[in-house]
Amino acid sequence: MASETIALSVVNHGTRPIGDRLHDWVVTVDHKKLGILYILYALMFLVIGGIEATIMRIQLIVPHNHFVSPEVFNRMFTMHGTTMIFFVVMPFLFGFANYLVPLMIGARDMAFPRLNAFSFWLMALGGFLLYFSFVGGNGLYGAGNAPDVGWWAYAPLTSRAFSPGHSTDYWTLALLVSGFGSIGTAINIIATILCMRCPGMTLGKMPLLAWLNLVMAGMVILAVSPLTAAQMMLSIDRYLGGHFFDTQAGGSATIWMHFFWIFGHPEVYVLVIPAFAFASEIIPVFSRKPIFGYPVMVAATVCIGFVSMSVWAHHMFTIGMNSYANSFFVITTMAVGVPTGIKIFNWIGTMWGGKIEFKTPMLFCIGFLFQFVIAGLTGIMLGTAPFDWQLGGSYFVVAHFHYMIVGGILFALFAAFYYWYPKITGRMLNESLGKLHFWLLLVGFHLTFDAMHIPGLLGMPRRIYTYEPGRGWEVWNLITTIGTFIQGIAILLFVANLIFSHWKGPKAGNDPWDAWTLEWSVSSPPPEYNFAKIPVVKSRRPLWDLKHPEDPDWKYE
Amino acid sequence: MKGTRHQKEWGRVGGPVAGVFMLLAGVLLAVGLCSAASGPAIPSIFKPESTPADSIYGLSLLVLTITGLIFVIVFGLIAYVLAKFRRRSDDGPEPPQVYGSNQIEIAWTVIPVLIVLVLFMATARVIHAIQDARMPKGAIEVTAIGHQFWWEFRYPGLGVVTANELHVPVSDPSHPTPTFLKLLSADTDHSFWVPRLAGKTDLIPNRVNNMWIDPHETGVYVGQCAQYCGMQHAKMLLRVYVDSREQFEHWVQEEKKSTQLSDAVNEGRRIFETTACVNCHTVSGTVADGRFGPDLTHLMSRDTIASGGAANTPENLKTWIQVPDSIKPGSLMPAMKLNDHDLDALTAYLETLR
Amino acid sequence: MSSAAITRPSIEPEWVLPSRGRVGMFSLIAAEAAIFTIFVVAYIFYIGKSLSGPLPKDVLELPIFGTVCLLSSSLTIHLAVTALRNAKVGAFGLWWFATIALGAIFLAGTGLEWNHLIFDKGLTISTNLFGTTYYSLVGLHAFHVTAGLIFLAIGMIFTLLGKVKPEHSERADIFSLYWHFVDAVWVVVFTVVYVIGR
Repeated sequence: MASETIALSVVNHGTRPIGDRLHDWVVTVDHKKLGILYILYALMFLVIGGIEATIMRIQLIVPHNHFVSPEVFNRMFTMHGTTMIFFVVMPFLFGFANYLVPLMIGARDMAFPRLNAFSFWLMALGGFLLYFSFVGGNGLYGAGNAPDVGWWAYAPLTSRAFSPGHSTDYWTLALLVSGFGSIGTAINIIATILCMRCPGMTLGKMPLLAWLNLVMAGMVILAVSPLTAAQMMLSIDRYLGGHFFDTQAGGSATIWMHFFWIFGHPEVYVLVIPAFAFASEIIPVFSRKPIFGYPVMVAATVCIGFVSMSVWAHHMFTIGMNSYANSFFVITTMAVGVPTGIKIFNWIGTMWGGKIEFKTPMLFCIGFLFQFVIAGLTGIMLGTAPFDWQLGGSYFVVAHFHYMIVGGILFALFAAFYYWYPKITGRMLNESLGKLHFWLLLVGFHLTFDAMHIPGLLGMPRRIYTYEPGRGWEVWNLITTIGTFIQGIAILLFVANLIFSHWKGPKAGNDPWDAWTLEWSVSSPPPEYNFAKIPVVKSRRPLWDLKHPEDPDWKYE
Repeated sequence: MKGTRHQKEWGRVGGPVAGVFMLLAGVLLAVGLCSAASGPAIPSIFKPESTPADSIYGLSLLVLTITGLIFVIVFGLIAYVLAKFRRRSDDGPEPPQVYGSNQIEIAWTVIPVLIVLVLFMATARVIHAIQDARMPKGAIEVTAIGHQFWWEFRYPGLGVVTANELHVPVSDPSHPTPTFLKLLSADTDHSFWVPRLAGKTDLIPNRVNNMWIDPHETGVYVGQCAQYCGMQHAKMLLRVYVDSREQFEHWVQEEKKSTQLSDAVNEGRRIFETTACVNCHTVSGTVADGRFGPDLTHLMSRDTIASGGAANTPENLKTWIQVPDSIKPGSLMPAMKLNDHDLDALTAYLETLR
Repeated sequence: MSSAAITRPSIEPEWVLPSRGRVGMFSLIAAEAAIFTIFVVAYIFYIGKSLSGPLPKDVLELPIFGTVCLLSSSLTIHLAVTALRNAKVGAFGLWWFATIALGAIFLAGTGLEWNHLIFDKGLTISTNLFGTTYYSLVGLHAFHVTAGLIFLAIGMIFTLLGKVKPEHSERADIFSLYWHFVDAVWVVVFTVVYVIGR
């Protein structure tokens, strides 16, 4: 009998003074604590980013509204976008990766625990800097406080001439600092997965979550670095009189776009691939079957990783590239849809012939699947360049990417929460509240983001603080805003569930879902050192082998 | 008992599935409704009136059909799987553990690749047709220069300069008179988007872009700047007036005339020419030749002021001059701080700039 | 069976995975390479696009001596690591010191070159596109050389204190990967700036 758990008594921390316990959290290098810190940090910014979105939606509920001034609105969309991408979704995903990867590969921690802590605190500093701009960003009269240049910060709007004061610098510095943190985490994930798998866990036998986070980390290394370079160049322009993006001196506005989107496009795959990972772990467990086509799923993801580095200028179809360049980016954009579609079919194939249990994690995965398909299809529409000449820069695009990020990634994240919260805290989240959360969010999400496509089809551009009446946009904006409130309630319910269940939720035990990967072999929450004995595995589902010794996976793989 | 539970379980999945179906149907209906949305003021991309917009519309129908079919198939599969393979009783053996199937993987790789090829070829044709179109002899040439937060239109061949409201002749397919625009920017990035006439093309400083339109029907087509350019991006509106040939010729003639100087408004003209107005604005035939703001020579020929921010009425003109922030907060037009008498005289002068 | 062995039975294949430090360093190098690539692309894109002088051909001279020093330092660091692996700590110290010296000479050469460009030729980072792209690219590289020299100096101090042992050769080897990367970047920068761009 190879890997059996050894019964342990949970160390009682209750008697230690609160100061000591907080100190533990501040100085920790333990991947589990850091994972939780990332997740809590992201949750806080999710609420803040949601408030920013709500402010915008109230301003847009009717034409010529005066809820906020144009200055405030422009800061809102800049901060909302920057916050949600860099200080909500990325920390959520890094948090889950940090927590889960060592446990799932049978390791005791990440490869570089101190680098891990350093990376978290860099990211935290970045978020703090970005929001400090509200207080500290006052420069010249009329220069504003928080950045208001859009989260892509196109040049030359970001030059000193058009953005005086320091607001843009807070944007640049916040992302530069947190970018270094992201690269640090990526290095850690790669080294952990390549160098610390338990005996028997070849690359072909590790959980898909590990594979997908490996690809994600590789993409962070290759994609965040160009953004870092571009931020340095922008700072040189703004502070040292450089001319990288200074069109008056012969510089190019489009080169910023290229550098930004070489980061920006792979970045969205960095965001979505871990969401794929969650779905790939949860759907099999609640269908009671292994993932369909494991090798193809790996190959498709690696393929997505590579091809996605070549599609960036589909964000730039309208800038006047010649027809050959535009055509090139059309074909690469469509090409990346093929491996993505394969994954969708594989998830359906996993559910096919299974015995599906509609617990909350699975509900969220189904929502993810459904919405991800739609988002992918609107993505294909946007990928056909001439169609993009109409749809790009409009509310259709805004609807598309929110479908991806909220309908896809956030739903998958909620699935991950409901699935792994028992492992992290030792208690189950309340199932009824969870289902309520799911249905409310589903309704609110669809109200908002289905309706949002239509003003784009009717000519409404994005990033406008108000709009003209009589263009057919009013009713759709109204519906969009109403959905926002319903989503807000759903998320607040979720936060309440998180807090309530921590103390009152039923005890989870090691393996509440009857799952098959290594994290379910240890206690909930896991001991500080994860595994008393490093496990030895023979297949992709070591716990299936233990539970079904008459029919183990390694006979078929 | 079993029948009841069966029904209840259907309700558990069937209800939500039906609900989502209805939501979708609603969305599709809405899309259908708005593509049939009437009213020329609605800048719907599904109501094209010019060849580039037509080509895009045609391509969009192909893309929507293909994606619609994919959606129906995939959604159908998901709904079927959820209904048929849900767990029906609490205790049962695990289902057969299927690990994959190479044939199926090949099938659902090859078919998407074929779809991609078809879509790509259709797309490449339209890209080429729109972007590489040659300018015919009868074309009107316009240079559009984007500013924060207004549009400058110069017709080099016709000697006309105007702002914000673009006049072009309707184009008869037998004798095409399209309008070819050269797009430049004086400051930050902008984007020219009039959905019913063409897709959007950006105006980028230190770069020359090109686009063309050949409107089939006369009328007014609305649009606005589609690339965030600063504080008042939202009110950098566009109006394209597609005139008949005669109307267009008449308009050009009127625009080419210099100002008729009238003694009745001398006082207003003096105020204009001795305050800061002349630093930014041009009135041809006078000393005012500033280029930072719109050319005002034929201000009264326009329906709107402040690039569509307000209707062109004397009241609005006065408000715009005195308190521009009440119409377009953050626009680069300074508040002129004139006393009431001067303001009236100035407005009277501006009213003569036909 | 009396006291049966509790250890794992049978013969299992040896479970060998790459070293964490090596994988980590390669990942870091990949990230740095991506950053440098963007600066090189910007440099190449802006060749010939400056609206005013001075131009590269007017002011740039081939930094042959500095380049030879820097590239030789790759050889010396390799010799240092090999010496340490063969337990020759003394030789290691000498070669390690040679690496520092050669790197420092390279930096000094860059400093002199910049002094000449700024004060004699009037080329600064804000003069024109050439100035901006040149100082950023060469400066970013010089920054990485400086960071490398700092780590080398720390290693030197530990050597002089007698703390460096042959079992540290793996770590020295991993660090030397970084140093080789810095040299490889210089080959690219030299080619792009002083050969192609001039």
